[in-house]
Amino acid sequence: MGYPHKSHPRETVVLSEYFGDAEAKTYKGWVKRGGYKALEQAVGLGPAGVIEEVKISGLRGRGGAGFPAGLKWSFMPKEKTKQHYLCCNADESEPGTFKDREIMRWTPHALIEGCLIAQHAIQADITYIYIRGEFTEPLEVMERAVAEAYEHGVVGPNASGPLKEMNIYIHKGAGAYICGEETALMNSIEGRRGNPRTKPPFPAAAGVFGMPTTINNVETLAAVPHIITKGGEWYKGLCRSNPKSTGTKLLSVCGHVAKPGNYEVEMGFPLKDLLYDLCGGIRDGNALKAVIPGGSSVPILNEEEAEGCLLDYEGCVEAGTMLGSGGVIVFDETADMVFQIMRLAKFYAHESCAQCTQCREGTAWTVRILQKILAGNGEMKDLDLLLDLAENMTGKTICVLSDSCAAPVVSGIKKFRSEFEAYITGVRAPVMAAV
Amino acid sequence: MHETTKHETVFTGDARTRLSEIMTRYPTKRAALLPALWMLQEARGWISDDGMTEVAQVLDLTPAYVAGVVTFYTMYHRHPVGRHFIQVCTTTPCNICGAEGVVDAFLEHTGCGELGTTSADGRFTVIEVECLGACGFATPVMVNEDFIESVTAAKVPELLERYR
Repeated sequence: MGYPHKSHPRETVVLSEYFGDAEAKTYKGWVKRGGYKALEQAVGLGPAGVIEEVKISGLRGRGGAGFPAGLKWSFMPKEKTKQHYLCCNADESEPGTFKDREIMRWTPHALIEGCLIAQHAIQADITYIYIRGEFTEPLEVMERAVAEAYEHGVVGPNASGPLKEMNIYIHKGAGAYICGEETALMNSIEGRRGNPRTKPPFPAAAGVFGMPTTINNVETLAAVPHIITKGGEWYKGLCRSNPKSTGTKLLSVCGHVAKPGNYEVEMGFPLKDLLYDLCGGIRDGNALKAVIPGGSSVPILNEEEAEGCLLDYEGCVEAGTMLGSGGVIVFDETADMVFQIMRLAKFYAHESCAQCTQCREGTAWTVRILQKILAGNGEMKDLDLLLDLAENMTGKTICVLSDSCAAPVVSGIKKFRSEFEAYITGVRAPVMAAV
Repeated sequence: MHETTKHETVFTGDARTRLSEIMTRYPTKRAALLPALWMLQEARGWISDDGMTEVAQVLDLTPAYVAGVVTFYTMYHRHPVGRHFIQVCTTTPCNICGAEGVVDAFLEHTGCGELGTTSADGRFTVIEVECLGACGFATPVMVNEDFIESVTAAKVPELLERYR
């Protein structure tokens, strides 16, 4: 079932099967739909068996980095000498991305089941589900579902076997994009400012509270029960292009399309078909100008590149961008790319934690230079200055927020240079007051 | 600085029990800081200097440490806001779908006039917020705890009627 639209015949509905189905939100409704069978099976398989199955599936992290999930789990110590933790990253705040929100709103027990299977695999005592504070409805739904899971003996004192000793808690964020970065998320759980930490140590060695920790995205964990019940081989088979990208991906499509929303397709699905077939094309019959396919932190594609792009980790790299979190932002011919790139830079400037100079200063100056251009006071050398600044913001900082700000600027100037020049030469009238 | 008034502490009775229960979820007291600040804000509407001291005392932290954390996160209010706190998403995906018009409509119809100011009747404060994570439902707006999807400038007057 799709939400808010009906599923398209070309979708491969796995995670989104019950989107829009209110009964699936409840424990009873979830069990009726085959829920919690995977958890039982996973306990039977044991930690090593679960990790092996997930490795076979080829499941990769859906938060943006695309790191193989089974491999990540295998980094956790096998011999348990101290507390282990699982953190579920539900701080979804990458502009363009709104898939985890739907998973939590409609299928909270799918996420809980995925968390508990992962928790069992990495021998974690506690799962913290870190949900951004603005997600009031998902928070409410998840709180209720966790309470139900305790009540029905899925986890905690009423449960049996290894699940009896496990706990699962919701941790509510308080407004900070950077807390979606895994080490910042751990600091935020610990009651600290959400500053990213330097790595190493990696979380599997010293994570939240200094203990071995694994952090997984909501969509990654929600896929795990399906892998356990249907098998890693089945999941691996959900692939249209490169065998290194397997399974289904929820693509959040927003901006100038006729039917925005979440679409679930097999890895390797053509971006062109997603836009023109599933999403009903560009709104008002306009022409396509640009697409950011993986959330705002990845390079912008022009029309030609977008229409040739296959949506999987490798296909996006080939097209000069990244799959990221799968947040597809679509711009039609009416979009002012200079203004929108400024608006993206403003987002990063607002969200910079300000630890690293390159990011704190770089994001702020990027905005100021772009605003100067939009105000009609730009000079041609400003474009080189922006590129130079971007160069110094890439690969130089503790986390990649700074790189994320640079990506749309660099790709934007490269692909839409004439729009910048039009403001600089006065061909285009200023759209902002001088700052 | 805002005038601060002495209150009964938030963390007594049921609230204290709730906080104690929350503290059992974490191995350190410090980790209960974000939840404690949420409780304080729910009770008082904002987080004052006195409030931060209160939280510091109950969690064995220094007020300066608490202030450092409070000021990091955007959802904690450091000053009083209107009874209905309105947040309009204006990040790129919403911006290209007309979010700026939605902001203007809210500023006009609430009587706030400017971002971040509270209307003369104390009812509304309007701010722009960065990505609310509902980009396919442009423009998402939060009014206190209510998350409203697909708001357009034309729908604003009717929406505000619910909060009169």
